[in-house]
Amino acid sequence: MMYNSRNIIIGLIIFVGIFTFPFVLGAGKANEAPKLSLDTPKINELIKKEPIETVEFMRNNHMQLLSDWKVAVVRDGNRVYVSQKDGQEYDMSLQNTCLDCHSNKEQFCDACHTYAEVEPNCWDCHVAPEVIR
Amino acid sequence: MDINRRKFLKAGGVLALGLSIAPAKSVLAGVKGKYAPGPNALTAKNWAMVVDMNKLEKDVEACTMACHKEHNVPNIDNKKEEVKWIWTDKYGHLFHDNKHDFMNKEMEHRHFLALCNQCENPVCVRVCPTKATFKNKEGIIMMDYHRCIGCRYCMAGCPYGARSFNFKDPRPYIEEINPNYPTRTKGVVEKCNFCSERLAKGLLPACVEASTNGGLVFGDLDDPNSEVRKVLDTQFTVQRKPSLGTKPKVFYIL
Amino acid sequence: MLEKALIKENNRIFWYWILSLVVLVGVGFNSYLHQLDQGLTVTGLSRDISWGLYIGQFTFFVGVAASAVMLVLPYYLHNVKEFGRITVVGEFLAVSAVIMCMLFIIVDMGMPMRVLNMFLYPTFNSPMFWDATVLTGYLLLNIFIGWNVLEAESKGVNPPKWVKTLIIISIPWAVSIHTVTAFLYAGLPGRHYWLTALIAPKFLASAFATGPALLILICFLLKKFAGFDAGKKAIQKLALIITYAMSISIFMVAVEFFTAFFSQVPGHMVTLQYLFVGAHGYSQFVAIMWIFVILAVLALGLLIPRKTRENDKTLIIACIFVFVSMFIEKGLTFVIGGLSENPFGEITPYIPGIHEVLISIGIWALGIMIASLFYKMVVSVKRESDFANASFNKQEMRDC
Repeated sequence: MMYNSRNIIIGLIIFVGIFTFPFVLGAGKANEAPKLSLDTPKINELIKKEPIETVEFMRNNHMQLLSDWKVAVVRDGNRVYVSQKDGQEYDMSLQNTCLDCHSNKEQFCDACHTYAEVEPNCWDCHVAPEVIR
Repeated sequence: MDINRRKFLKAGGVLALGLSIAPAKSVLAGVKGKYAPGPNALTAKNWAMVVDMNKLEKDVEACTMACHKEHNVPNIDNKKEEVKWIWTDKYGHLFHDNKHDFMNKEMEHRHFLALCNQCENPVCVRVCPTKATFKNKEGIIMMDYHRCIGCRYCMAGCPYGARSFNFKDPRPYIEEINPNYPTRTKGVVEKCNFCSERLAKGLLPACVEASTNGGLVFGDLDDPNSEVRKVLDTQFTVQRKPSLGTKPKVFYIL
Repeated sequence: MLEKALIKENNRIFWYWILSLVVLVGVGFNSYLHQLDQGLTVTGLSRDISWGLYIGQFTFFVGVAASAVMLVLPYYLHNVKEFGRITVVGEFLAVSAVIMCMLFIIVDMGMPMRVLNMFLYPTFNSPMFWDATVLTGYLLLNIFIGWNVLEAESKGVNPPKWVKTLIIISIPWAVSIHTVTAFLYAGLPGRHYWLTALIAPKFLASAFATGPALLILICFLLKKFAGFDAGKKAIQKLALIITYAMSISIFMVAVEFFTAFFSQVPGHMVTLQYLFVGAHGYSQFVAIMWIFVILAVLALGLLIPRKTRENDKTLIIACIFVFVSMFIEKGLTFVIGGLSENPFGEITPYIPGIHEVLISIGIWALGIMIASLFYKMVVSVKRESDFANASFNKQEMRDC
């Protein structure tokens, strides 16, 4: 057993220091959440500007929805999504359906992802609009 | 005292676990809507193909081009790292168990079309440790690129050389990206999918569509009245390496 | 107990040794970052040779890991007391080797960040799923066993009873890791060199030669640098095990030739031809294959006669030959050879890339480093318990 409490205390201080460093550094410096623009040609054509499910649901669950879509399309061979909100049908495709209306990926995807500091790897394979342009 | 403390800690642990799962549960609530197959989808119990080289002759180039363009297959000019879904190779290679020393040289060097055999009894599916490659309900051997870990066991398993690995980022090697289909990323294995994405929209595979002279016949192997079965009933056809028990579903008229 | 590896007994040479290993690990890690960034294109792997240096060495070190059973089994089941002093050396060798195996698998993967998919989507028909499972289990078993046995010894008590149960479990478990690893290869249609039921027994035989050979070398190193003596009797028992295992394993390599060349089935012959004499104009492995043959024969020549087996100097040479020859056969040419003839009947050559080699060296260095730290701990525990025994019981001291 070791009884060198001095070293332990010094060690603990350093540990706590290192682990709280990012919080201390960022204190009081919260960025403002991005405000997203819906100004795309396809969305402007719509009479009712609503996403495929409620805004609330999409905001919280889009990642799970996309993952479920992948399973449905690739593994189960179901390509059509029937919205629970209004029964409308959509071809399940990130590239061809989501980004068709939301053609402003910089706003629709990147703005929040940058803000939240998440880096989804969707666009390693799926073709982003800017790649085609 | 001691037991009480232990009980307290246990209860606390369960509580903490519950609290940590609760938010996850609401996030993973999943999708509310329903799924359905496409309204125009071509469906079959067991898709299969017959390659009739006599009729195909001139369309070979068009077939491979159509496929590779459709699926964003990169054109990597390096035999070690090339990616191919459909390609041509000489008889002596594709059927190398069936060649002999006195074979007609024209035949031995004649180029045949090759693609994933979509085996009835696929080795790749048997060896894959994550079910990233699997047989779908229509008999097509699919790739789930989101799940593939890039272990390449399927490449060691496939006796037909039908699988390609992305040794590097494929994007710089795609001349013109088809915006309607994804590319792949470095680190995953890819191969022909019998155009399952086209079948879902009621279209025939890109190669079949490009073979204007009927050199590629596509249909349901389990339907005795399908075109594929009619050809198999009336003509002499062979498979690649049938002795391995994989039961290929791509048949050849030599 | 961990402090014994880290703090006690400042030994300058030891820490220089660790430092140089750390440098090699760093070099390997740097290469790995490069591979992560560029993809496996930095290796010599190809469409045809889709597994190479990494998977070959993975296979080899599964054998090294499994070989701990050659100490544990005689000691715990047959009461071979001589091994009592070194079972823990074998167990920590197993731990280091399994860690190396896992690293070789991870660096071989195209999508290493998805490695947990193997357990998120468990696929019972895939030998690779089972391999990952049994290797993880074997790692945990050996960590628990080695640690508890050593801790008990450092406290001067007997290990807890449940450890004995784990030890008994670890015996068939060791056999299972190498059998399942053999099944990765031995069930693939169209890969004729691998398609033989002999792979699993051949793997086990070569493992039981290579692992103990490495153990003997480690024991001599520990004696020279750390003053830890495994005991002449233990070394000699191991040497005998190596002699039998090496003979059986060379026999199993040899009988493949009969099946291939008497049957004259081209698919069965081509890889042996390619490896030993060259085929289709390619002869990349011929020289190295003959080095394997010569070293294996010399090793047997030194191991079988009692005189050279019992002489420390010749035994060390024999052990080096066993290790190097089996590394060539199993670690280099077995995997690459099996893939050399592609599905179109052509031979594809394979030269590992520079980063591939550096990453491999890094993994070796890490494995050696882990083993070194374990052994430092083992040696200080043994020294203390020897000292305690000596002061309590001088009689026992004289027996040693």
